[in-house]
Amino acid sequence: MTYALAVVLGVVAGTLSGLFGVGGGILFVPILTWLGLTQLHAEASSLLAIVPTVVVGVWRQQRYGNVRWRAAGILGVASVAAAVGGAQLAVSLPEATLKRLFAVLLILTAGQIAWRARRKQP
Amino acid sequence: MRLILIGLLAGFFSALFGVGGGIVIVPLLLVAGWKIRTATGTSLAAIGITASAGAAVYAVHGQVEPAYAALVGVPAAFGALAGTTLQQRLPVRTLSFLFAALLVAIAIRMLVQ
Repeated sequence: MTYALAVVLGVVAGTLSGLFGVGGGILFVPILTWLGLTQLHAEASSLLAIVPTVVVGVWRQQRYGNVRWRAAGILGVASVAAAVGGAQLAVSLPEATLKRLFAVLLILTAGQIAWRARRKQP
Repeated sequence: MRLILIGLLAGFFSALFGVGGGIVIVPLLLVAGWKIRTATGTSLAAIGITASAGAAVYAVHGQVEPAYAALVGVPAAFGALAGTTLQQRLPVRTLSFLFAALLVAIAIRMLVQ
C-alpha cells in the first residue's frame, strides 16, 4: 500500500514540478516523511530521487540548446565540496530543527513562485 | 570565479535540505546577467552533479533509502514530462498561487507537528 502511494505521489510531485518550474526535492522531502521516513533520511533519499527527473529534464533542455555544459560542470564540481559540509550540518542538527528549517524553505519557495506569477501577469 | 561561489553555495544548500539547489542557482545566474532559459537549463545539469554527490555523501552515512528514492523518483520523471507539456495548456499563472498556498500549508503542517 505504501509502495503504491509512493508511486502515485511521485507522479503528482513530478507533474507539479514540471508545471511550476520547481525542483522535485521541495515535494519529495515532505512526501518521503509522510511515507514514514525521518526528516534526515527523507532529505538524503530525496537527493537520489531527484536524479531521474534531472536526467529527463536535461535531455529535453539540451535539445533546445539551453544547457551550457562548461558552466554546469564548474557549478557542479564546486557544489560537491560544499555538499559534504551541508550534509554534515544536517546530520548534526536535531530532527525538529531540520524540519523547521525545511518548512521555512517551503514558505520562501512559495513566496518566489507567487512573486514570479505576479510579475508575469499582463 | 562567480560560478564557483554559486556552486559552493548551492551544494551546501542542496545537501542541507535534500533539494536540487535550483532555487539558489537560477536567481544568482539571472543576477549575473544570464537569460532565464539558459539559466534554468544549465542549473538543471549542475543539479544532476550536485544531487548525485549529496546522495553519495549521505549514502556513506547510511541515510539513503534507495527503494523509496526509486519509487518516488522514477514515476516523478514521467510526471515532470507530463507537467512541462501541460504547462502550455493550463492557466499556470493562476494555478501558481494555488500551488504556493499548498506549499505554505505543507510548511504549517511541518511546523505544528
